[in-house]
Amino acid sequence: MPDTYTSLANSPIGKLITGQLGLPRPTILERYSPGDATISGQVLLGAAPGGRLAPAAATVLAGLSANVSTALRGDLRKAAADAGLDAAVFNGEVPGDARFKALVFDATGITDSTQLRELHAFFHPVVRRTQSCSRVVVLGTAPEDTGSPREAAAQRALEGFTRSLGKEIGQGGTVQLVYVAPGAEAFLGSTLRFLLSARSAYVSGQVVRINQGAATPPVVDVHRPLEGKVALVTGASRGIGAAIASVLARDGAHVVGLDIPPLAEDLEAVTSALGGSFLTADITTDDAPQSIALHLQEAHGGVDIVVHNAGITQDRTLARMKPERWERVLDINLSSEERINDELLSSGVLNTGARIVCVSSIAGIAGNNGQTNYGTSKAGVAGMVVAMAPVLAKQQVTINAVAPGFIETQMTAAVPIAIREAGRRMNSMSQGGLPVDVAEAIAWFAAPDSGGLNGNVVRVCGQSLLGA
Amino acid sequence: MTTELRKVAVLGGNRIPFARSNSAYAAASNQDMLTAALDGLVSRFALEGERLGEVVAGAVLKHSRDFNLTRETVMSTRLDAATPAYDIQQACGTGLQAALLVANKIALGQIDCGVAGGVDTTSDAPLAVGDDLRKLLIKLNNARSTGDRLKVLAGVRPGMIVPAIPRNEEPRTGLSMGEHQARTGARWGVTRAEQDELTARSHHNLAAAYERGFQADLVTPFLGLERDQNLRPDSSVEKLAKLKPVFGGPQGTMTAGNSTPLSDGAAAVLLASEEWAQERGLPVLAHLVTGETAAVDYVGGDEGLLMAPAYAVPRMLDRLGLTLQDFDIYEIHEAFASQVLSTLKAWEDAVFCQERLGRSAPLGAIDRSRLNVNGSSLAAGHPFAATGGRIVAAAAKELYERGGGRALISICAAGGQGVVAILESNGSN
Ligand SMILES: NC(=O)c1ccc[n+]([C@@H]2O[C@H](COP(=O)([O-])OP(=O)(O)OC[C@H]3O[C@@H](n4cnc5c(N)ncnc54)[C@H](O)[C@@H]3O)[C@@H](O)[C@H]2O)c1
Repeated sequence: MPDTYTSLANSPIGKLITGQLGLPRPTILERYSPGDATISGQVLLGAAPGGRLAPAAATVLAGLSANVSTALRGDLRKAAADAGLDAAVFNGEVPGDARFKALVFDATGITDSTQLRELHAFFHPVVRRTQSCSRVVVLGTAPEDTGSPREAAAQRALEGFTRSLGKEIGQGGTVQLVYVAPGAEAFLGSTLRFLLSARSAYVSGQVVRINQGAATPPVVDVHRPLEGKVALVTGASRGIGAAIASVLARDGAHVVGLDIPPLAEDLEAVTSALGGSFLTADITTDDAPQSIALHLQEAHGGVDIVVHNAGITQDRTLARMKPERWERVLDINLSSEERINDELLSSGVLNTGARIVCVSSIAGIAGNNGQTNYGTSKAGVAGMVVAMAPVLAKQQVTINAVAPGFIETQMTAAVPIAIREAGRRMNSMSQGGLPVDVAEAIAWFAAPDSGGLNGNVVRVCGQSLLGA
Repeated sequence: MTTELRKVAVLGGNRIPFARSNSAYAAASNQDMLTAALDGLVSRFALEGERLGEVVAGAVLKHSRDFNLTRETVMSTRLDAATPAYDIQQACGTGLQAALLVANKIALGQIDCGVAGGVDTTSDAPLAVGDDLRKLLIKLNNARSTGDRLKVLAGVRPGMIVPAIPRNEEPRTGLSMGEHQARTGARWGVTRAEQDELTARSHHNLAAAYERGFQADLVTPFLGLERDQNLRPDSSVEKLAKLKPVFGGPQGTMTAGNSTPLSDGAAAVLLASEEWAQERGLPVLAHLVTGETAAVDYVGGDEGLLMAPAYAVPRMLDRLGLTLQDFDIYEIHEAFASQVLSTLKAWEDAVFCQERLGRSAPLGAIDRSRLNVNGSSLAAGHPFAATGGRIVAAAAKELYERGGGRALISICAAGGQGVVAILESNGSN
């Protein structure tokens, strides 16, 4: 549900008033419903000459049955043809009435700053030809994977481009940069599928790194990518956790919801409606890691997806913060997750190809008044993800995190109105996100074909100004 | 019984200069013009009193009085009245298809020589009676008394008299050919500049052909015209750039300059077996090697109205084991500059060639300096059925003058069809 202001601003009378007063009119973001096509409009695929990702991108788009256009240029047409795409031709000189839902640009051919003009050449003629809730994805080579300082600088420059375009594009459009390591081309699928679809409604201005995964990514049913998977979701009885449970179940997973014993009733209501099961535990207790591992082993023979969502805030300025508040927040939000991970790993309960997804926060990136404890814990989650990624990779397990911005939940509803309004509007979408937006990003990391994603922290914040 | 196929020789052609609609030939009928073209051919090749195997020709726009047009025309020429003739019609492909029909009979040994041609007038275009008026005229015809007739006539309303002028319109889509091509051109991203460039080159090439006397034995003056009326030797990209778009809306790229104008004219080409040519001491300009016709579904399918040649050519090439680059000249009928450019882009496009033609690689680009070297329809004009004859004769002569070579001919036609052919010449050895 859009917030009240967004609904009002988009009503006929609201449009009149917002127009006359020059107030923002946040776009009602398109969101995914089961059965929807991944992309509902034309996709323009382009590339800087000499790039290496157009064939991979074309293959992904063909797999999504997307309607694709390219310039009439040999390399692009060959990439499209080889992918089996009956791609249309687009010539910016005679654009006609062409409109695009998505723009995908392979910038890996840019090896020098002077070639960055390829960005202008590709995007300039079409940036005003995008439909609402459009998707822009720029593909690059991570600076650390480049062959020269000039190439590294040019590839790093892409970040400034995508983040700026994200602020310009408007109408619910999103803009991302995806760095694909050489050799990891085959791992592009799940990320492009997510970033081009309505599933990524509230994700913008992000940088995603794809590296070579442990095993060749499997072909998934895009409507049920998690079919047959067992997923543990902590803090599943309400808010974002309940949304995560519901999205993972929608995508085919059997969800094992976890929450504290006092919330058992709510938890059961959530999980039984999803055909899942549940487990009550306080994740901070000494025996929690073992009992969780044991349950997953006995009831399901292991676990494929672990979502560390349970988390709390206990806000106070540092001067007024009692040590208990500090301890509790850090223990729930960070330390308990480390203990659970270690136990699942050492006990062999994590299945091969398992996915661990953590919930960090924009407060862990930008910091927040009154949240020294929370900010510390959530930055620690990001640190854990980055540090554990190479360790887990050896077992074909990945770990990534989402960092939500302002999400419309009971937690944020309790925030005073002025701060709440600021939080809502101070982002490229001029609105707060929904729990489902966080859940969709988690489902993306959890997908079996997301093996190329490891150690990423992606914000679900509508490109919030905070910490940007 | 098996028959050895014979080579089919193109001996020459004759046409009248093409006129712009409602101009020099406004008073001439299809039969007048075809007779002039045919009689010129008779004079040029001393065919007076000869009985030819057959004459095949046609017109796209016909009056009911054009019944048996070709046979009636033959009877008006100095050919032996014992020369059989028949009409065909395949829109703009008429002329080339006629040549293929005559050539096939020669190849099979059924005839030794024949003439293929075509004619069209857009000035003397037949005016159809509208449906309501037609019903009323039937009533009138059936009325018994003068009183009844007067009563019927009283039912005539001014609106009924407006004739249903034949428009250059596809019956199944209601779109003019130009609008169809505007869509196809947009689909291929064809720019205004490249269309105007192609157009200017067509005018310059045709003007040069007249200048060097190339047309002298291909064209016979008619009704005061000596050259094609549409030809603008001083045409330029700059001048063409000033014209307003006529198809594709205000943002369109197709103008009256880079589209062929409605025109009047006729053309004929003489085909024969080698022996027949030899007996008469007539040099063989070229051989008509083969032809191919394709059609596309431009209504329910997802293909442009004028894209059939893009399918016909590769089919023909495969049959002969040739590549698109194996030609010395390319005669691609310029219905619209955009049509030529769309076709060339399609052949260069990996997606089109793989998805639509089922080929592993694109046909590739052609050497543009070999395209329409003596100009084509944008400069000469395009009396629909006459274009095939114009092209076959001119291409054969060009190959002959070059001392040999191979020519690809491609003509798009209404109804989503395309007729293509190959000429080969050993030159004047
Ligand atoms: N709402 C936002 O705007 C926002 C922004 C950034 C990050 N987050 C993060 O998203 C996650 C979910 O937030 P939410 O808004 O849904 O909060 P919420 O309070 O509605 O839900 C958190 C859930 O975690 C459970 N939980 C807390 N302590 C637990 C423990 N010791 N053991 C087991 N379960 C426990 C709670 O019972 C509750 O069901 C949290 O990690 C939060 O920090 C939220």
